[in-house]
Amino acid sequence: MTEEVHTGSIKKLIPEFIEKDPKEYSPELVELIERLTHLKILKPLIMVGLNTSGRIAGARRVFEAVTGYLKERDIDAEMAETGAIGLNSEEPVLSVQLPGRTRVLFINVAVDDVQVILDDVFHHTIPREKLLGQIRDENMDAWQDVPFLDELAFFSRQRRILLKQNGIIDPLSIDAYIAHGGYRTFLKTIRYHTLEEICVMMEESGLRGRSGSGFLTGKKWMVAQQTPAEQKYLVCNAEESDPGAFMDRALMEGNPHQLIEGICIAAYAIGATKAYIYIRSEYNDSIRKLSAAIQAARDYGILGHNIFFSGFNLSISIRKGPGAFVCGEETALIASMEGKRGMPQSKPPYPAERGFHKKPTIVNNVETLSNVPHIIANGPEWFRGIGTGDCTGTKIFSVSGRARTRGLIEIPMGTSLEVLVQEIIGGSQPGRTLKAVHIGGPYGGMLPASKLNIPVCYETFRRAGAVLGAGGILVLDEKTCVVDLVKYFMGFMKHQSCGKCIPCREGTKRMSELLDEITRKPLAEDQHDTLEKFRGLMQLEKLADVMRDTSLCGLGQLAANPLISALWHFREEFEEHIFDRHCKPNVCRELRTYYIDVELCTGCTVCAKRCPEDAIIGTERHPYFIVPDKCTGCGICKEVCKFSAVFYN
Amino acid sequence: MIKIEVNKKAVSVEKGQTILSALREHGIMVPTLCSMEELTPTGACRMCVVEVEGFDNLVPACSFKVQEWMKIKTHSARVLRARKANVELLLSNHPDDCLYCERSGNCELQKLAEDLNVRNRRIQGKRTSAKIDSSSLGIVRDPDKCILCGRCVRVCEEIVGISTIDFERRGDQLKIATAMSEPLQFSSCIDCGQCVVACPTGALIDHNQFQELDTSLDDPDMIVTVQYTPEVTVSLAEAFGFRPGTDMKGIINTALRRIGFDYIFETAFGGDVFIQEQAAELIARFRRKEKMPMITSRCPALVNYVEEFRPELISFLTPVRPPHQIMGKLINKWFATKKQVPSNRIQNVLITNCTAAKYEASRPEYASDNSPDVDYVLTTRELARLIRLNGININGLDPEPADGPFNAITSAGKLLANAGGEAEATTRTVFREISKKEMQDPRITKLRGNKYLRDAVIATPKGDLRVAVVHGLKHALKVMDEISTGKSEYDLIEIMVCREGCVNGGGQPIPANVNVIRARTKTIYDIDKSESLHCAHKNNAVAKMYEEFARAPASDQSRDLFMTRFAHRKVLK
Amino acid sequence: MDRIDQILNDFRQVNRDALIPVLQAVQDEFGYLSGESLEKIGAHLRLPASKIYGLATFYSQFTFAPRGKYHIRVCNGTACHIDRSTSILKELNKQLGIVDGEATRDGMFSLEVVACMGACGQSPVIAINEDYYPKVRSSAIRGLLDDIRTKHR
Repeated sequence: MTEEVHTGSIKKLIPEFIEKDPKEYSPELVELIERLTHLKILKPLIMVGLNTSGRIAGARRVFEAVTGYLKERDIDAEMAETGAIGLNSEEPVLSVQLPGRTRVLFINVAVDDVQVILDDVFHHTIPREKLLGQIRDENMDAWQDVPFLDELAFFSRQRRILLKQNGIIDPLSIDAYIAHGGYRTFLKTIRYHTLEEICVMMEESGLRGRSGSGFLTGKKWMVAQQTPAEQKYLVCNAEESDPGAFMDRALMEGNPHQLIEGICIAAYAIGATKAYIYIRSEYNDSIRKLSAAIQAARDYGILGHNIFFSGFNLSISIRKGPGAFVCGEETALIASMEGKRGMPQSKPPYPAERGFHKKPTIVNNVETLSNVPHIIANGPEWFRGIGTGDCTGTKIFSVSGRARTRGLIEIPMGTSLEVLVQEIIGGSQPGRTLKAVHIGGPYGGMLPASKLNIPVCYETFRRAGAVLGAGGILVLDEKTCVVDLVKYFMGFMKHQSCGKCIPCREGTKRMSELLDEITRKPLAEDQHDTLEKFRGLMQLEKLADVMRDTSLCGLGQLAANPLISALWHFREEFEEHIFDRHCKPNVCRELRTYYIDVELCTGCTVCAKRCPEDAIIGTERHPYFIVPDKCTGCGICKEVCKFSAVFYN
Repeated sequence: MIKIEVNKKAVSVEKGQTILSALREHGIMVPTLCSMEELTPTGACRMCVVEVEGFDNLVPACSFKVQEWMKIKTHSARVLRARKANVELLLSNHPDDCLYCERSGNCELQKLAEDLNVRNRRIQGKRTSAKIDSSSLGIVRDPDKCILCGRCVRVCEEIVGISTIDFERRGDQLKIATAMSEPLQFSSCIDCGQCVVACPTGALIDHNQFQELDTSLDDPDMIVTVQYTPEVTVSLAEAFGFRPGTDMKGIINTALRRIGFDYIFETAFGGDVFIQEQAAELIARFRRKEKMPMITSRCPALVNYVEEFRPELISFLTPVRPPHQIMGKLINKWFATKKQVPSNRIQNVLITNCTAAKYEASRPEYASDNSPDVDYVLTTRELARLIRLNGININGLDPEPADGPFNAITSAGKLLANAGGEAEATTRTVFREISKKEMQDPRITKLRGNKYLRDAVIATPKGDLRVAVVHGLKHALKVMDEISTGKSEYDLIEIMVCREGCVNGGGQPIPANVNVIRARTKTIYDIDKSESLHCAHKNNAVAKMYEEFARAPASDQSRDLFMTRFAHRKVLK
Repeated sequence: MDRIDQILNDFRQVNRDALIPVLQAVQDEFGYLSGESLEKIGAHLRLPASKIYGLATFYSQFTFAPRGKYHIRVCNGTACHIDRSTSILKELNKQLGIVDGEATRDGMFSLEVVACMGACGQSPVIAINEDYYPKVRSSAIRGLLDDIRTKHR
């Protein structure tokens, strides 16, 4: 690896790097930057996206296959890992760059593909299969007939600021980050700007908390900055516990130094000398990369005591969150850091005045903090120029579910949701119909396919009954059941509620029980039961109001959101479940009524033996029957029947 | 002072106050469930929510501070709807066995449901059926009735200071549990019962011994004696709606006799014996200057605590049986002989304030010939129930005296009900023994009052006697640290696990707020003022007992009869 | 039990802040938290065992029973859920005879349902120890388990 060769050199050149205008850089520095940014490379460069989802898809094996390939053929090439480019459904991603030529990306690469791809590329042809495209760069020779990434539908409508380097640079190389202009902003900030100036710039930029709160970040910082205290803390909330949200992980795995720089500037702005990253303990890869990044920054003197003679001290430590969704809430997060059960506290006092160890504490999430270096480097006006009036900058969305393309999308605020869903991710999977999208995770809401034409912004989403939240988008097609999804979210919330306040703990429990009930066949057919269920459902809407009105923290206040928005847009589906006991997408198995076709059944007894409820009776070698009252709809009989004699309606 | 607007009326309140306390001062009642005097507000139950102009959501009054010209609505339709819905949520899966519940009629949840006019079950919840934990001899836990307000957890942590219980898990699986979810009996619980008094519902109750007692009372061959401790007489009245602090002296005797007890004794007699034994032990240690300070061991919960948590302090405990166990021994040995009945035909019942005494009665140290000296222990609350069960109208009873030979008592034995009373009564006797004269004023006012730690220095010809009382175990932890490290300057320390001592024991009538407890305390001190005898050593009946039976305090005979021992017990703590 | 003393020695800082890191270190070492370890940690940090137990049960990371040789994690994130992770879980329940949070009697397998593993593009996902199985189908479960069992025969 060439990294060691460069390590000392860029460190030595940092002062020149900060002080001088790029035009005045010494040739030595210019050359170094060109090498580190891979603008000029001397030997082939091969990168594999080794982010978590890439690994799960088998990227590690691809990486090893590449290493083996190079070794076998004794090819001198540089190999490095990188983060997620954002096409999570198309992983593993492999990129190859030959000296003087643009970098080419391949997707869905299996171990067997490695040889084919590399053989071709080293012979200066680009295989079409598994090809994604090339990265545009005027200084290099482009490949013929290979699309540029920015021409692809997935990338062309995106505006990548935070994700710009994701999947492109080596997240473990501080040199690469610095060469791309990193840490310049922070080091300039601590030399030339006062704390207030930074807070004011942040406030002017209009950046709002990206974890869902939508609170003005600069305003919050100002409160902490102006609260007198001998110790203040900055906490980076990397708990990212919404199922279906993975943008923070991608940012940490793909470009950890961007986050570290954001933390540095934020800590400086509020006057904190200690910063923490509270991160989910399952995020092994993020933890590994952040630890390495912190260590590297410390080695370069970017963290530590009297940073570059500015008089500013800062240490960053990592706290592993032991797993509780509610710890995404800032007061619960602080309780957890203090070694307590992660239960939210009443606000006020806000943590900005009285937080960790009763000292002013700013809690910002990963995406928010990753924005900071860009805002300070380019100025608040630049940032305000992206997005719309109240919602400035970009927002990253993570798309999962039944979308054609699943992954990370960064678009300016104010872009229509329709553009995101239909153009960027290409709607639903081939042959399926887009039914709705669910936005904002377990306390978000859903929007039917017909109502997607709203701009991406905190307020518009709220008005439409959805929540921007962390930005998780779940795409639903006609084969997904809204009732089942709502039941899933409610089950999640009842389990993740801290249990402290009554409306949230009991409310989610009751709602979840009711949803369980309506997705299950009643044991005895009774009209009264049906009405009871319907009455219960009606009661839920009122209950949701009380939960919103009286719950202690946001989790409880928003817990009923998925249910309410689903009832709003898909009421008929609920009614169908209650009155017709029917689930059109066939997801709610327990509503199914199974029966055995008399003509087809041979009386082989297999189903009767396997039925866990002993609901199948009959005489050997004669057709069997399913007792409807006993059947729970598990479907095992259908699975085991060799004569395909079991059906359901 | 600042002005706020409550229900469209301007009122002035103190700055820095919570909305709740401001409202209470102005007589505006807002319901609460999780809040408790002197404990940190948690804002968990959301019963106290009020509408404040400018806030999107309702605001919990207990944890929100008043602000100048804040506009508050305490009983708007929106507020009432929210409160009612939250009570309904709690009730939606409640066992609903109010008819059979011990706390029926005295249950905060029941009262809230009544006050908020909950009349039908609009929200259906799935019932749970958790196992009732009746492993402990003092306290029974029924998790199904628990509304998770956390009062027991906070009392155990903030007042008792041992944190035997805490919240376990979260969300729909949230419950109150001991470490590793052990049954109470095997946990670090010391049976003090403060959680029972704190519990708003029937989730924590006494371990009842009603059934067994009934059989004994019915058995014509059995002689059933009953003794009651002094705090019972000043608190029983509350259970019948009388003003707190009313003394039921004498009336209790009548009631107990009606119930069918054969002999009725006051534990205060045993108290006088106890004081003399304790005084003799203290004087001996005072002279030898060893194992000082002496810690009084009358509080059974304290004994549990020392045995479980601080075995190094065992040698500092007074090795004397508590008064009711002295009584038990006297009844089984002395009284039985006098009456010429075999002791196995006598059943002793104790009525006391204390849930820990229920466990204590089962200790092997407190048994003679394999039979416990005290057979049944009932709390004050159980006595009230027993009186009702027997259809006795307590209003119409004339006082009657207790039975001999234990019917002569002094106010010293009665003082044991109050925190500091034991130290005070013991000092009176110690002073007489050391200086061979009575104290000029037997009252030691420095040991009375509201502080958690109270101390006094009594000058005697043999040097100063330093006595102290500390109540509420949490506040005693520091004192005990000092003893462990040899830094304590005291000679005698009375430690009471319950705040304000036995008057506020775990078996006393509910509710027991500060005002109620003060009223009980005051009555005991009033008795001390009005009684003619103030010192244990002046009790002639006790003197006669010694003469006939135990020779003298700290004699070989009395040691055999009244001494006890303690041992280290290992629990998960 | 000297190993736990060693871990505690590494945490010089005796305050409540250290509790979660200590528990994490102890669990990393032993695989689970036992009553004795709670007591030792409590004595070191001067905290009652109930508080530590209460804290540890709050968070999903901590477990109080030893894990199986093969720890199977089933992702129940949103994306995995709509791709029928429930049927995979049911199949595992059936094949192993255990539910979430339990281990088989022979100590071979243990089962845990986890919140999003972060591979929403590859749903549904399960993990057996550190090996991930993306886009897994419930019909494949039996084969997976059999492979492991044969490897150990």
